[in-house]
Amino acid sequence: MMNENSVLKVNSLTVGYTRKPVLWGIDFEIPRGKIVGIVGPNGAGKSTLLKSIMGVIPITNGSVKIFDQSLDEVRKRVSYVPQRESVDWDFPASVFDVVMMGRYGRLGLLNRPRKADKEVVLDCLEKVGMADFARRQISQLSGGQQQRVFIARALAQQADFYLLDEPFAGVDAATEETIIQLLRKMSEENKTLIVVHHDLQSVKKYFDWIIMLNVNLVAHGPTETTFTEENIKKTYGGKLTLLSDVRNILANTPYPTKENK
Amino acid sequence: MQAVIDFFSFSDPNIRYVVLGSMLLAASSAIVGVFIVLKKKALIGDAVSHSVLPGICAAFLFAGNKNIPLMIIGAFISGWLAIVIIDFITRNSKIKKDAAISIILTVFFGLGVVMLTHIQHSGYASQSGLESFIFGNAAALIGNDVIVFSIIAIILVITVITFFKEFELTAFDEPYAKTLGLPVSRLELLLTTLTVLAVVTGITAVGVVLMAAMLITPAAAARFWSDNIRKIVIISACFGAFSGLAGAFISYMAPAMPTGPWMVVASSFIAFFSFFFAPKRGSVFLWWNKRQHLKTTDEENILKIFYQLGEPSGYFEGEYSVSKLMEKRTVGQDRFKSALNRLKGQNLIERVGEDWLLTKKGMKESARIVRLHRLWELYLTKYMQMPAHKVHENAEMIEHVLTPELEKELEIQLGFPDRDPHESVIPRI
Repeated sequence: MMNENSVLKVNSLTVGYTRKPVLWGIDFEIPRGKIVGIVGPNGAGKSTLLKSIMGVIPITNGSVKIFDQSLDEVRKRVSYVPQRESVDWDFPASVFDVVMMGRYGRLGLLNRPRKADKEVVLDCLEKVGMADFARRQISQLSGGQQQRVFIARALAQQADFYLLDEPFAGVDAATEETIIQLLRKMSEENKTLIVVHHDLQSVKKYFDWIIMLNVNLVAHGPTETTFTEENIKKTYGGKLTLLSDVRNILANTPYPTKENK
Repeated sequence: MQAVIDFFSFSDPNIRYVVLGSMLLAASSAIVGVFIVLKKKALIGDAVSHSVLPGICAAFLFAGNKNIPLMIIGAFISGWLAIVIIDFITRNSKIKKDAAISIILTVFFGLGVVMLTHIQHSGYASQSGLESFIFGNAAALIGNDVIVFSIIAIILVITVITFFKEFELTAFDEPYAKTLGLPVSRLELLLTTLTVLAVVTGITAVGVVLMAAMLITPAAAARFWSDNIRKIVIISACFGAFSGLAGAFISYMAPAMPTGPWMVVASSFIAFFSFFFAPKRGSVFLWWNKRQHLKTTDEENILKIFYQLGEPSGYFEGEYSVSKLMEKRTVGQDRFKSALNRLKGQNLIERVGEDWLLTKKGMKESARIVRLHRLWELYLTKYMQMPAHKVHENAEMIEHVLTPELEKELEIQLGFPDRDPHESVIPRI
């Protein structure tokens, strides 16, 4: 049975770009209104987890339920912030144009943005402290400003559940502070946030729930009880060489590893 | 001269058709081209344009004559097939995309040339003019053909306008578009279809070899003139239309000239012009900016010399000869003197006989630069942990670019300091 308060339920999720699994049998559930951190070493599959939840890359096995429904049924309630480096910032668009893209899902095909959409966009820019930059070319933004624009674009979707891929990577201290304040405010409004994070120092300060990942799920739960010395060791320094050897064999296996595929 | 007047009076309906047709098809492919360029898929356009040739020849062999609608269908099918095969190869083999594109482009084009040669040697009565599909001949745009190509061109424009925001978003951030629930793969299919159609519109007037240039070049040139995607699309369409007009005109004046290459020459000329002279992005503009910055740097450095010479005594109204001033700087004498003259023009220094001295305005300005220099030095030692003897070089550069807002911010962060890391006083204005 699904818990009333559960926002996301991931069930034995396996994802592999080719045959080599990037995520292996992931099971977890996250409650509503939490700021959830995902940590793990490079190549642990943190970004892959977000992308597979959002349907950007296909799931090999297992299932993802959001608000107890499939992604397609609740798309308007979910919003995704990709990594800043994933796009070419020399694209001919202004800050306003990019944030307006967050409205395209609601607008649907053929419709043009209306006045209400423009107001939402300006309001979201206000929230991330970028209102003065609406007309600015995106190629002229600093890293922190780019990140704020991406977050404003996600806010413009007016969703209930947000997935952010490394929003704190390479941003200045002021931006980091603005973003974390914003996230806290959103969680007070009962929004749920999942954040891929790199800096272990700030985990306890930022997140009330934690997912510790290294291809398989090492631990998950409230930060206080889960983010322990022992689990960190397991996530980052664990003896996973055997696992990675097996993955390499799978990658080079010339026959399908699943009979019905 | 009479020919020019004949052409531009458009009194001959044939000329009207040719001109209108060329402009319309060039403009519509230039519009589609903007999205191809923004998606960094220019090579695909090239592959498609070469790959339609076997389809055209197959249609000819099938019909036995130049049946334009059938040829369009043939071109469409083989252009499409090429893209599907490129995708298939990329996905299912170790061959990378660029290699797959070259392989398919050459295989299809080679096949097309073989078929074309076969047709030309097999004595079809109506094969004349088929070779114009390679390099284009706008004069062949007559009667119903113009109408067919124009309808396709209009369909292209309407489709792009209809799906504008979707194309914009998928070009900028495709994964995000997917998370919004946009039908990303169908949009991709649509853009590919538009690319093939754009190439097809150009097969008689431009020819298959150079059609890729009409897709890509106007769009690439338009990028220099604006940072707004809507404006880029309009500018690109204008560039395309102009190239179409120029190509049609030249091949009218010299009937032996193929139209396609001349359209490409015209659009390449626009692209070169844009590359050099476009405001903000053109290289002349960038060069000019750099030159201006160098000049300002020279001027500010001279003002600093005056300050440094006056600093020991605290008397900043001293008069100095050029050679005295030049002891402190290592730039050429000509450059130094022209900078002095520019400063005089700005009322920052005055000339008394052979000597120079600061004006009131110049004193303020010289203090401002020294102040920026020393504030920055202090910032480097305090926040970047740079040793005091290493900060001077960097400050020599940065003092010329700090804005008043940054100056204020520096003061606040440093707590309104009095002295720099070398214990020199930071002047206040």
